[in-house]
Amino acid sequence: MRVAARHLALGLLLAASLRPGLAAPPPHRVPDTLAQRVQACTPCHGAQGVATRDGYFPRIAGKPDGYLYRQLLNFRDGRRQNPAMARLVENLTDAYLQEIAAHFAALDLPHEPPPMRAAPAAESARGAQIVRQGDAARRLPACAACHGAAMTGVAPDVPGLLGLPRDYLIAQLGAWRTGLRRAHAPDCMADIARRLPEPDIAAVATYLSQQPMPRDPRPAKALPEPMPLACGVAAR
Amino acid sequence: MSAGASGRGRSRRTGATLARRLAAAAALAGVLAGAVAWLNLRGDAHFAQADSTVAPTPALVARGAYLARVGNCAGCHTAPGGAAYAGGRGIDTPFGTVYAGNLTPDNATGLGAWTAGDFWRALHNGRSRDGRLLYPAFPYPDLTQTTREDSDALFAYLRTLPAVAQPARPHALRWPFDSTVALALWRALYFRPGVFEPDPARSAQWNRGAYLVRGLGHCAACHAPRNALGATRDAQALGGGAIPMQGWVAPSLSDDAEAGVRHWAPEDVAALLRTGVSPRGTALGPMAQVVMRSTQHLDDADLRAMVAYLQSLPADTAARAAAPAPDPASMARGRRLYDDHCADCHGTQGQGAAGAYPALAGNRSVTMASPANVVRVIVEGGFAPATAGHPRPYGMPPFGQSLQRDEIADVATYVRNAWGTQAGAVRELDVIDVR
Repeated sequence: MRVAARHLALGLLLAASLRPGLAAPPPHRVPDTLAQRVQACTPCHGAQGVATRDGYFPRIAGKPDGYLYRQLLNFRDGRRQNPAMARLVENLTDAYLQEIAAHFAALDLPHEPPPMRAAPAAESARGAQIVRQGDAARRLPACAACHGAAMTGVAPDVPGLLGLPRDYLIAQLGAWRTGLRRAHAPDCMADIARRLPEPDIAAVATYLSQQPMPRDPRPAKALPEPMPLACGVAAR
Repeated sequence: MSAGASGRGRSRRTGATLARRLAAAAALAGVLAGAVAWLNLRGDAHFAQADSTVAPTPALVARGAYLARVGNCAGCHTAPGGAAYAGGRGIDTPFGTVYAGNLTPDNATGLGAWTAGDFWRALHNGRSRDGRLLYPAFPYPDLTQTTREDSDALFAYLRTLPAVAQPARPHALRWPFDSTVALALWRALYFRPGVFEPDPARSAQWNRGAYLVRGLGHCAACHAPRNALGATRDAQALGGGAIPMQGWVAPSLSDDAEAGVRHWAPEDVAALLRTGVSPRGTALGPMAQVVMRSTQHLDDADLRAMVAYLQSLPADTAARAAAPAPDPASMARGRRLYDDHCADCHGTQGQGAAGAYPALAGNRSVTMASPANVVRVIVEGGFAPATAGHPRPYGMPPFGQSLQRDEIADVATYVRNAWGTQAGAVRELDVIDVR
């Protein structure tokens, strides 16, 4: 009898442990922070907004906030084509996207370089030439004329070009050429990309992806000279 | 000779028979065509003379703006990044792509030359101003229940929009679905213009909810099953179904194992529709868009009415096939993946984090018969909608970028069968279907 009672008790205990609700798990809490909210971004862009291992996803940490904000709007509103990004931001408001952009813009830049690839010296040299001097024959200004002498971008709207994977840079210039990536008119980068032949796109991307981050990786506050061409920026 | 004469006689007789048969077939075709035409045209006569003389008062315009949100007209008629209500968005269907029209008051490309009567004919009878039949991707089989008053308010609101010159993009439908004959046949088979008939045995609140859910809200466009020709079946039961071309399954609103809300607290249903999050679940995917653009804007009375109606839907008592027990090895792998990738946010026992991440234990989006939605959420991630009531939602990463297909199947199997539920295994094939 006592054995039977013990079996019954054991049985009830087992049943209780198998039934949900009877033994409610302890409440689980997460930090009420923006960093926690944007966990959705980290598998691709890294916990600190760095470029990730597979060599495509760009770093977003430390890019100017206006630039990041506009890219989020561009994904949501179809000016940039990336289905994964478009789905993530589809139902987010301008105000929230601005807050998310400011969060990543304020992160300290990582110093881990993105994956690099060996390239012929001539390719790097051609890239350096376009980045530093441009190509007058094709009416191409130097990249540095807008993106800053240190190539770390200019607050609040011009992105830095260092710390980005070569494949990502090539894909962006290619997308601008074909119209898959767009910005508000006048779309200066589309004009530039259309004047860049394919080998030069590869050369620019190779050179940029080989450059180490400077000691101060933050975007410049202003350019020493006015930008050589007009670029559209949507009303903020 | 005689053989020849007899042969000629036979052929004469055969010819006569053939002619009679042809005549009969032609007559039958004529009758059918007449029937199809009549089925398409009935109820149309009064549109010409019954034009509205309602003055577009500010109150009427405001009412129309509200109703446009209730109906989520912008969901299709505003292209991403495009001008409001100027159309151009493509709606993918199994028969091709239908492009939404321009609803702004532009004379050449929008509704500039339309009257309120023309607009009502489109909404109520699925016919354009020029008499063209409209494709039912425009959900007039539901919208037909909208009252003339509400139609006039919508029209008055649309007239106040800035006119945008944007010609309609031609639909890209496959033969034979691109033909007027096919569309007329479809309408003859599946479409009846209707008016909402209140149920006198029910409260005014219930009737208001029924009107919104069945009509302008067009919930059945997703939450009712469709047949092979794309017509919704048993729309009022809201028995759920695959959303065409989107890879999501709209859960049944009458099944307690899916999204039936009979046993929910009314305030939880209201919270889901108003804010996108509730203690019982979170709106993701197509429903997140519906909450963002439509239901968060419902006024209190309409929200309560919709909740009351949804809670009154008769329970679907169809027996579910028992789910096959999952493979223990898959469960073990799934558990390891869960602990590594999911537990930080959803809790070690799937309990969720109140106000941030939904519980997965007992969550019917996870345990419903079709694993399509849970797999899709794992693959694509997503944010709950950033509504006025929940403006800074927490996000879920798209694991399709970092987990392999078999791993996604394992972790989906685990969350469906851990914590006391037996919802069945997810196979790699199910994941391939989604990706």
